Amino acid sequence: MNPDQARDNKRMLTRLSIVAVAMFGFGFALVPFYDHICRALGINSLVTRSEAPVNTQVDLTRKVTVEFDANAHGMPWSFKPATRHMEVHPGQLVQVDYEVANVRSSAVTGQAVASYGPKLAGQYFRKLDCFCFTQQTLAAGETRRMPVSFVLDASLPADINTVTLSYTFFEVAGKS
Amino acid sequence: MSAVVDNHGHAGERGKDGHAHGHGDHHGGYGGVMRWITTTNHKDIGTLYLWFSFINFMVGGVMAMAIRLELFSPGIQFFNPDLFNQFTTMHGLIMVFGAIMPAFVGFANWQIPMMIGAPDMAFARLNNWSFWILPFAASLLVISFFTPGGAPGVGWTLYAPLTVQMGVGMDLTIFAVHLLGMSSILGSINIITTILNMRAPGMTLMRMPLFVWTWLITAYLLVAAMPVLAGAVTMSLTDRHFGTSFFNAAGGGDPVLYQHIFWFFGHPEVYIIALPAFGVVSQVIPAFSRKPLFGYASMVYATSAIAILSFIVWAHHMYTVGMPVTGQLFFMYATTLIAVPTGVKVFNWVATMWKGSLSFETPMLFAIGFLFLFTLGGFTGLVLSLVPIDIQLHDTYYVVAHFHYVMVAGALFSAFAGVYFWLPKWTGRMYDETLGKWHFWLTMIFFNMIFFVQHFLGLAGMPRRIPDYPLMFETWNKISSIGAFGFGLTQLLFLYIILKAIKSGEKAPEKPWEGADSLEWTHLPTPVPYHSFETPPNLK
Amino acid sequence: MAKKYSRSIATLALALTAAAAAVLTSGAAMAIEWNLQPAGSKLAEDIHGLHEYVMILCTAIFVGVFGFMFYSVYAHRKSKGHKAAQFHENTTIEILWTVIPAVILVVIAWPTTKTVIAQKDTSNPDLTIKVTGYQWKWGYDYVKGEGEGISFISTMSTPREQIEGKAPKGEHYLLEVDNELVVPIGKKVRILTTAADVIHSWWVPAFGAKQDAVPGFIRDLWFKAEKTGTFRSQCVELCGKEHGFMPIVVKVVPQEEYTKWVGERMKLIAAAADDPTKQYTLDELKKRGEQVYAKNCVVCHQATGKGTPPVFPPLDGSKVVLGPKEAQIASVLNGVVKDGKPTAMVAFGPQLNDTELAAVVTFTRNNWGNKTGDAIQPAEVKALRKK
Repeated sequence: MNPDQARDNKRMLTRLSIVAVAMFGFGFALVPFYDHICRALGINSLVTRSEAPVNTQVDLTRKVTVEFDANAHGMPWSFKPATRHMEVHPGQLVQVDYEVANVRSSAVTGQAVASYGPKLAGQYFRKLDCFCFTQQTLAAGETRRMPVSFVLDASLPADINTVTLSYTFFEVAGKS
Repeated sequence: MSAVVDNHGHAGERGKDGHAHGHGDHHGGYGGVMRWITTTNHKDIGTLYLWFSFINFMVGGVMAMAIRLELFSPGIQFFNPDLFNQFTTMHGLIMVFGAIMPAFVGFANWQIPMMIGAPDMAFARLNNWSFWILPFAASLLVISFFTPGGAPGVGWTLYAPLTVQMGVGMDLTIFAVHLLGMSSILGSINIITTILNMRAPGMTLMRMPLFVWTWLITAYLLVAAMPVLAGAVTMSLTDRHFGTSFFNAAGGGDPVLYQHIFWFFGHPEVYIIALPAFGVVSQVIPAFSRKPLFGYASMVYATSAIAILSFIVWAHHMYTVGMPVTGQLFFMYATTLIAVPTGVKVFNWVATMWKGSLSFETPMLFAIGFLFLFTLGGFTGLVLSLVPIDIQLHDTYYVVAHFHYVMVAGALFSAFAGVYFWLPKWTGRMYDETLGKWHFWLTMIFFNMIFFVQHFLGLAGMPRRIPDYPLMFETWNKISSIGAFGFGLTQLLFLYIILKAIKSGEKAPEKPWEGADSLEWTHLPTPVPYHSFETPPNLK
Repeated sequence: MAKKYSRSIATLALALTAAAAAVLTSGAAMAIEWNLQPAGSKLAEDIHGLHEYVMILCTAIFVGVFGFMFYSVYAHRKSKGHKAAQFHENTTIEILWTVIPAVILVVIAWPTTKTVIAQKDTSNPDLTIKVTGYQWKWGYDYVKGEGEGISFISTMSTPREQIEGKAPKGEHYLLEVDNELVVPIGKKVRILTTAADVIHSWWVPAFGAKQDAVPGFIRDLWFKAEKTGTFRSQCVELCGKEHGFMPIVVKVVPQEEYTKWVGERMKLIAAAADDPTKQYTLDELKKRGEQVYAKNCVVCHQATGKGTPPVFPPLDGSKVVLGPKEAQIASVLNGVVKDGKPTAMVAFGPQLNDTELAAVVTFTRNNWGNKTGDAIQPAEVKALRKK
């Protein structure tokens, strides 16, 4: 092979190697990509941040059934909503409690993660105060009522009239 | 085990290449095992890939036999469910990464330089490394069976968070996947550079044999998609051991994210397997129709269209994860769109045969078998692409049937066609045509016995990846298993045919296939010399 | 040489094909299934119709295209003297066979789109049920609607002896559970799927309803049963070694029967708060414990109590089982954590009541080679819960 060709080959090798490395990085970049895309489309259900309600007018013409769900798999906590469901008006400030009990003989820390059904309902749940914003530590045998205050945004699409707010508590390891 | 006959400068076999061999410059100076370890010759490396592929085909095949043995009757008779899942997983990984992909890389190595008039691949030493990574990686997969906890029993797709529960066998598998990926990426860089930079004068891109085109496009797919798989399994590795939560809701992650990243690789991967198969068939059908390939330019564009589209359809593997309806619709429309360029290719192959002068030697039989059965697999793919139907068929045996039609009756048949087609050129010997036909017909019959009935199993509701099943699935499972035993035994016949041909096959004529017209047939002697086109031919 | 082998190859091939044919025409053939399961809901019927429509279209195209190919194989053979034409392109026909398939795809996608959208509309349900996938069973919680508050675990009830071939297989082999999901006919049921550990998938073919159960998330789907009956299916996402052994059974009943079932279930809930002050004999505890063990522990710790070390330790001869009872009760209640990380031994405290836990601990301490003679009373378990 003549030196020109060898040089051309080397150039191609370099370029293609960069592409390969870039695609490896792309795989990792997908993590924040999906985060942003899901947030933009309103289907990111893991965002636990407080949001001021956009529209504070209560829409009395409409009632939405909100179901409350609780999961604490693999955790020594019993976790259930104080009410299983309630009818709310979009725009109305609602507070509900969840009951949590730690059955272990030592303190346990957990983090609650929210999920919504249907998924896109998540972007219309404006939570003002939620136990899911921070980690929660329960002492051995402690029982507690944890509140969630939220407003269901009035811009919730008209064809959605049942939404489920679900929390799953996960143990935060190493904090006990 | 030499499949290459070395012409030691015998005047009568000089051929158009014109280069004589001195005794000092054959095989890089080594003989025996060292020759194979240190070779940088594309023909030797092609041979290594093909034998490696066949060994893995046998190993993966034994696992398939084990699976079908257990599934012969309802109940757990031979393998506990955990081991069964391990077989299922390793059958998939070994067949995809150890058998079918290396087979076509073997064809690429053997054929691309000759078909473009180049003396060897652009990076001959890199080529050697690309191969030798593979036996090491494949051994890791097999060794994982013998670790505590055994091989991972998670399916070849390695979904999280099930992978987090697996033992050290999972880590070996992740390491193996990294190595396999690296081999493919390096090999692809080599192929792209060779094709773009080392064509003989006059060999323009639009004059290249379609096999070379399909490999050029496949190599780009590999460079783009393989590293993403590496990313996905690396994330699984760190989730397992280093406290990350990519796929764990507890830490703000999402198991479904793994599926998105995996299938972003996974869908182009199936075209990485299919496109070279299309390329081989595009060489064989015109040769045995004694007619040029119909619509060469369209074939190039269609292949490119398939490759580009393959990047935007991945979530059709995920219709049931709870995707919003807009997502389902987008992926459904994009997936059905791939049927258009694929259909163009099928029509072009049939049009190539149309009004040709057809003969049906073994390569052509496998090529026609490919055409018929791959298209059938394509249609079941269309059925699966439709969301409401997929809701019923996802994760059932219908999917298993579909991908075995396109990957076995598709890619594997094409590989068989390629071996029978080029064996005379590589070795200077003919295979036994009668036995070859036996191999074809038995493979054809048993293949359909295994997999056609699996469509019914899927429709009836049998899930995938189960070691035992309700009674209503018994009949089809029995037939499928019987077919599997027949199919497996038949592949031993293939081994016999090849060994017999290499050792004592009839001497091949200079042009065993009348209609074959690429450079290796028109410009090189049979068998080809160890070094060919050391001076590029002038094709202007 | 080839002839000699031909005969043996032919014999073998014929034998295998004959075996397949024998199977096909045998008694087992009575259970041959060719198509999707009969529809039990309108959505499933729509899917049936769509599938038929697409099959007919695809078959017609397939036959057309390969009609051409097989004709060519026959008529354009070199052996028949056919000489090859040399044409190799035709722009008009290429455009045609690009555009026409595209049109056909639109013709397929159009009716499909309507069904896709309908399948996703979970609004206005009459009944909401949460389905949780566990390794390896399903949990059902009636969240809203008639029956809310009902909650139970649905475990496969096919005995291990049938699976191991030691007993003849029953009619609903691998498709039967202890507690079936009961729903009323004609009511829109919204199902929320989630999972406790890895991804599972819940599916009822008769209703065309399938959804992955992803740990940490809920996903919703809906179905409306239009036929009464019992509809059976299986978990449909690989979830570990017992993936094939966690069936789904849905019983659709007329409204009055459903109301009756709800009433009975509510009574059971009250009663299943087994009186925690009751005292049981060792034999009563062992008997109950054996049942609890069979449902919850056997898949990992095995019927022999030998487990599958190192992941699932043996109970027979185990230091924990033979040691102080408080420690063993605590590990069953709270699960086992090693080096700050949870193990496969999950907390059974939330899943089982005091009586069940007392029984199963008693059983393990007095079975196989273990003979502690301990009888654990429910009150002891209750006391450890509060600690």
